[in-house]
Amino acid sequence: MEKLDKLTGIVVPLDRVNVDTDAIIPKQFLKSIKRSGFGPNLFDEWRYLDHGEPGMDASRRVVNPDFVLNQPRYRDASILLARDNFGCGSSREHAVWALEDYGFRVVIAPSFADIFYNNCFKNGVLPAALPADVVDGLFRAVEAEPGYTLAVDLAAQEIATPAGVRHGFAIDPFRKHCLLNGLDEIGLTLEHRADIAAYEERRRRTAPWLFTADAGK
Amino acid sequence: MMAKTLYDKLWDDHVVRDNGDGTCLLYIDRHLVHEVTSPQAFEGLRLAGRRPWRAASVLAVPDHNVPTTDRARGISDPVSREQVETLDSNCREFEIIEFRMDDPRQGIVHVIGPEEGATLPGMTVVCGDSHTSTHGAFGALAFGIGTSEVEHVLATQCLNQKKSRAMQIRIEGQCGPGITAKDIALAVIERIGTAGGTGYVIEYSGAAVRALSMEGRMTLCNMTIEAGARAGMVAVDEITIEYLRGRPFAPRGEVWERAVAFWRGLRSDPDAVFDAVVEIDAAMIKPLVTWGTSPEMVTTIDGRVPRPEEVTDPVKRRGAERALEYMGLTAGMPIRDILVDKIFIGSCTNSRIEDLRAAAVVVRGRHVAANVKVAMVVPGSGLVKRQAEEEGLDRIFTAAGFEWREPGCSMCLAMNADRLEPGERCASTSNRNFEGRQGPGGRTHLVSPAMAAAAAIAGHFVDVREFSHLGA
Repeated sequence: MEKLDKLTGIVVPLDRVNVDTDAIIPKQFLKSIKRSGFGPNLFDEWRYLDHGEPGMDASRRVVNPDFVLNQPRYRDASILLARDNFGCGSSREHAVWALEDYGFRVVIAPSFADIFYNNCFKNGVLPAALPADVVDGLFRAVEAEPGYTLAVDLAAQEIATPAGVRHGFAIDPFRKHCLLNGLDEIGLTLEHRADIAAYEERRRRTAPWLFTADAGK
Repeated sequence: MMAKTLYDKLWDDHVVRDNGDGTCLLYIDRHLVHEVTSPQAFEGLRLAGRRPWRAASVLAVPDHNVPTTDRARGISDPVSREQVETLDSNCREFEIIEFRMDDPRQGIVHVIGPEEGATLPGMTVVCGDSHTSTHGAFGALAFGIGTSEVEHVLATQCLNQKKSRAMQIRIEGQCGPGITAKDIALAVIERIGTAGGTGYVIEYSGAAVRALSMEGRMTLCNMTIEAGARAGMVAVDEITIEYLRGRPFAPRGEVWERAVAFWRGLRSDPDAVFDAVVEIDAAMIKPLVTWGTSPEMVTTIDGRVPRPEEVTDPVKRRGAERALEYMGLTAGMPIRDILVDKIFIGSCTNSRIEDLRAAAVVVRGRHVAANVKVAMVVPGSGLVKRQAEEEGLDRIFTAAGFEWREPGCSMCLAMNADRLEPGERCASTSNRNFEGRQGPGGRTHLVSPAMAAAAAIAGHFVDVREFSHLGA
C-alpha cells in the first residue's frame, strides 16, 4: 500500500448525495480478477455517453462533456469533494481501486458509507469527513475558482484552504499509523498469532458447535 | 453486572485482544465467499506465500455471474466464466468447501449459508458482500467486508474492528394482511433514511419481528445495509432453533443440546441500554414502493410521486429532481399509474420459499398483463427451487406466464445475462434501486414479492390487499 502523508491537489466537486458504488464502478467491470486498471471506468455511466464494457479502449469512448471529471479545469485532480453517504451500496473494493487508479488519494465528504470507508484505508486512500457546512463552503469555493487546491496533512489531521483556513478531521490512530507508513495490516495481525491460536483453542472446548465443519463433514 | 445488548454479548465473545486504541481484534467464525470479491484476495495470499488460517471456516459458492437459464451450456460470457473458474481453482488450491455451479445446493451465498446451517446463532459471519447483514437474523454478528478484509480473514481468521453504537428498532403490534418483512424493511428505511444507521448495529425487536419466520427476519436484516448500519440482528427464539434443527452444518446430538442451551441466552438483557431507539407501529405499515434511485425514496402504494419543489433541503431537492428525470416519472402522479415492463422475483432479499409462496398465491389462476415483457422468478438456491417444485409453485408461475429460472443473483445486479434495457421499468423484489443497478438506464422499483406478483398481473403497481385471495 502506498503511504500518504502530505498532499496538495486539485479538487473535483461531485455535487450529488448518496453516490453509490454501482455509480463509482458499474458491475460489468467487477468481473476482472485483477486489482488494477479500473481508473478509466470510474463513474463510467456518468463519464461517457456510450455504454462501457470491459476491454474497451477508453480513448475511443464518447465522453460526456457535462460530467465534472471531464472538464479541463479539473484535470489531474487528486482530491474528490463529495456529499453525504458517499460510497453507499455494495462492499465492492473495486470502487476504491477505481478512485485510486484514477489518481484520487483523498475523498472529502460530510459522511461515508461504512464498508467503503474501511476499504479506503486498505488502499492508501484517505476518506476525510468534514462538517456539512464546511463541505458546503468548499463546494462554493471550488466552483468559483478554477485551479482550486486543498492541502491535506494526515499527520496533523488537517485540510488547509489556499487562504490558510484549516479544517481538522478525525481518524482512528491505528488507521492513521498504517496509512502514514503504508503498512501491511495482515503482517501486523499475524504478530498476534499466539493470541489467535489460544482464543481458538478455548473456543473449541467451550463452543464446539462452531467447529463442526472442521472434522471434514 | 452491567446489562448487555445482544450486540455486546456477540462482541465480547469474539474479542481475541484489545488493541488499546479503541479497536479490537475480533475472531471470525464463518467466512462466506463468492466469485466477485475474492479473486484478488486469493491472489494476495499467493503473492505473500500465505495459507488460510482455518479453511474449514470458509464456504464458497459462485452466485453473481451464473446464468439462470440452461446450466448445461456453461457460461457464455468469457469474462464471467473466468471469474467463476477462478473461484473453482482457488477453492481447490486452498482446500475450501465450494458448492460449484452444477451442485444442487448452489445458490445465492446469503440463502445457502442459513439453509445449510453454516450460519449459526452466536457466530461472527463475514462475506465480501454488503448483504451479509442477512445472517444477523440468527442472532449472529454478520457484516459485509471489502476484498482486503477478505484476504485478512483468510490469512488470520480475524478482523480489526471498532465497536459500533447499538440501535434498537422496535416494531410493536401486528402487521396487517398482505404486509411482509419487505414492507417492514422499507418502512424502517423510510423512517431513518439510508444513512440513518451509519455507525450503528441495529437490533430489531418487538412483537411484529418475533412474529416473523426466519425467512422474514432474513429479509429484514438483509436490508439493514440499505439503512447504512453495519449489521442487523434479531434475538434467538424457538423459531430460530427449529429452523436450524437437522441442517447439514448444524451440530448434532449432545453438542446440539449444549449449543441450544447457549443460544437461548442470545438476546439483549431486559434493562440493556441502547444508544438510539426507534419505534414503529406495525399496524401503520402499508405496502411500500420505491419511486426514486435510493431506497429511502419510497412511498405507500396509495401515495404519489413527490414534487421536488416541496422538498426543503436543497441537496435533497436536486437529488429528487435527478431521480424523477432518471426514472421517467412525473411529479405528483399516483404510484398505481406507473406501468411496468419487467418483473423480477428473486435476490438475497426475497428468493426464499416463503417469498415464492407469497407471490404464487397472488399469481395462481391469473395471467401476466399484456404490457409486461418479461416476468421471472429466480429461486435463491437449488434447494429452494426443488422445494418450490415439490409444492407445485413452478407450475403456478409458468401457467401465469412467468419464467422459472435457475438460482443466482440474476437481475438484482445484472452481472449475468439477466438485465433491464435502457428505459425499461421493473417491479423488483431486490434491495437496490440505484441508477443502472439492473442494467444501464434501467428503472427499478423495490417491492415485496406479493406486490411484484400483483404488478405483474395488473401491469402496473396495485395494492396487493385488494386482490381477492386476501381477507376472502
